[in-house]
Amino acid sequence: MAERPAHATVPSPRTAGSSSVLELVGPSPKLLLGSAVTGLLVLLLFLAWGYQAKNGLGVAGINRPVFWGFYIVNFVFWIGVSHAGTLISAILRVTGAQWRRPLTRCAEAITVFALMIGGLFPLIHMGRPWLFYRMLPLPDYRELWPNFRSPLQWDLVAIFTYLTGSILYLALPLIPDLALLRDRYAGQHPVLARLYRTLALGWRGTHRQWRALDWGIRILAVAIIPVAVSVHSIVSWDFAMTRVPGWKSTIFAPYFVVGAIYSGIAMLLFTMALLRRGLRLERVLTDGVFDKLGLLFVAMSMLWVYFTFSEHLTTWYGGDVAEARVHHELFHGPLSPAFWTMVVVNAIIPLAVLPFRRGRRPLPIALVSLGVVVGMWLERLLIVVPSLSVPRLAYTVGSYAPSPVEIAITVGAVGLFAFLYFGFVQLFPIVSAWEVREGEVEEEEHAREVLAAEEPA
Amino acid sequence: MTRWGMVIDTDRCNGCGACVVACAAENNVPWVGEEQAAKGRVMHWLRLERYVEGDFPNVRVRFLPVLCQHCGAAPCEPVCPVYATYHNEEGLNAMVYSRCIGTRFCGNNCPYTVRTFNWFDPEWPEPLDRQLNPEVSRRPAGVMEKCTFCIQRIHEARDRAAGEERELADGDVRPACAQSCPTRAIAFGDRDDPDSEVSRLAATDRAFRLLDDLGTDPAVTYLRGRALAPETGDGDG
Repeated sequence: MAERPAHATVPSPRTAGSSSVLELVGPSPKLLLGSAVTGLLVLLLFLAWGYQAKNGLGVAGINRPVFWGFYIVNFVFWIGVSHAGTLISAILRVTGAQWRRPLTRCAEAITVFALMIGGLFPLIHMGRPWLFYRMLPLPDYRELWPNFRSPLQWDLVAIFTYLTGSILYLALPLIPDLALLRDRYAGQHPVLARLYRTLALGWRGTHRQWRALDWGIRILAVAIIPVAVSVHSIVSWDFAMTRVPGWKSTIFAPYFVVGAIYSGIAMLLFTMALLRRGLRLERVLTDGVFDKLGLLFVAMSMLWVYFTFSEHLTTWYGGDVAEARVHHELFHGPLSPAFWTMVVVNAIIPLAVLPFRRGRRPLPIALVSLGVVVGMWLERLLIVVPSLSVPRLAYTVGSYAPSPVEIAITVGAVGLFAFLYFGFVQLFPIVSAWEVREGEVEEEEHAREVLAAEEPA
Repeated sequence: MTRWGMVIDTDRCNGCGACVVACAAENNVPWVGEEQAAKGRVMHWLRLERYVEGDFPNVRVRFLPVLCQHCGAAPCEPVCPVYATYHNEEGLNAMVYSRCIGTRFCGNNCPYTVRTFNWFDPEWPEPLDRQLNPEVSRRPAGVMEKCTFCIQRIHEARDRAAGEERELADGDVRPACAQSCPTRAIAFGDRDDPDSEVSRLAATDRAFRLLDDLGTDPAVTYLRGRALAPETGDGDG
């Protein structure tokens, strides 16, 4: 392993234990307050869901013809956000981008939590969530299988695969850090020590273990990229496989993947800015990291604008009556303010701010990111609702307004995401200690080599 | 093999709504009340669409009773993840209520928007609760439902014919809507039998199928209206 001189310098994880990143682990008043506030939102989520389960889905604002509403919007949105981590961090790992080191962990955690929440929404959305197991291919005395022709079934397979993969992808690079924590908490805190000891899987930092870890991360990083792409393609097929005007579109799969990465990077940048400020991580999450990720962000922004433009241009030009009604609904219907807001926060602002170096500094980029996160949520809303509200037979035209229950669950889901994140930050190093250290060691080695090369001259 | 089908003559339909009432009574269709109805949650399996033809003063109102078209290539069927809706061997687009988990994907993919969802547990105000049909199951909250072509009547007619040791004859099965129609606008029968009433009507040049260009192959055929009053000369179809 020529590219890992860190082994020589760090024969045992203990020597790297000095890394300041590890000091961040553990509760602080600020973080505990965050957990408490977001915990209340989690309570709100489950109370609202319980109320809905008891009384029926009628407590939501959905109706005929708008059979799908906020829950599916949230589902698509959170699955999209989940592309922050695994995909971005995998691409950066595979390409060997050095500036990835401080942000991979933060991104991978977003993926896992966003996926959990995304995966929760189909259950919230279902009429009878307690019968969810019927979608699983369980042996059945009637020999009745789930319907593998249904895009929802593909969704189930894709999301479970992606969730499994991204949990592994989060856990694997965490092992050396967990070993450091295990050593730190040994004999101090019985519960935590036991937790870290269990999760560290007996890591000792031997050469063989490093080799295995290195290969494991590499294989996962390569394997997870097609999985991530397939997940959002399949989510798009929940729409594109139907005959609903405005949904039936050949470019939906790549369009959704681009939108997912776009919203994922936005969520990642926003989270990074909060972590940097909240945990005083300026030395690790440097301006340079924001600048580099900002370049990727602006590229995704342009791609998203391109896809959105192509999607609407072709259907508008074609002039199909049913499609034209959807367009009219988008541009002039009750949701048209959302459409124009989306254009401003997803296209105009990012493209006006991000191309400039000063626009990619942490504060401006965090604000732009927040706008994109909101804008991408609106985009999902604008995909789901307007198409459904103008069905082919004009007699059943409808409209949709969310009910308090749907709003509570939507807000509660944001709370759940933040709650999980606050918990993660307190239990695990949010910046990969060993990877950052490895980067430092590599830089030192490089500097020494340069010096050595210069000396004889 | 029987392949059930329906023919609806739009010239005969006067929009009285008896079919809607009969369908609701026969099939235990829940009552939802004004407030829910205003939210688009009417449960009727059959609705009367009203279209105004021509310009004043030569106007004419036409009615289109729209129900599940029992499509041969039904868009609702492949998208259901649990086979709660499937095609049976007699061409019916059947529902297994107990299997449904309520994803409502079928409802979205139905181009005719004829599927309804039980947003709440069903209720029938007095005295409607005393006339529930024991032949038809009540659907709980969270389940999709739609027109079944009165499958319970098909079963009953078949049983009766078997008891009388004869083949099922044309006209043996009459869904509630067809039975209650005072102008006999609705015919029901076997599309595979060339002599059946539905086959004969569907072979006329007035026949058309709703959104036929989508390729859904509906089992319901409509008969377009004949010309309006001679002085206008238009309005065919």
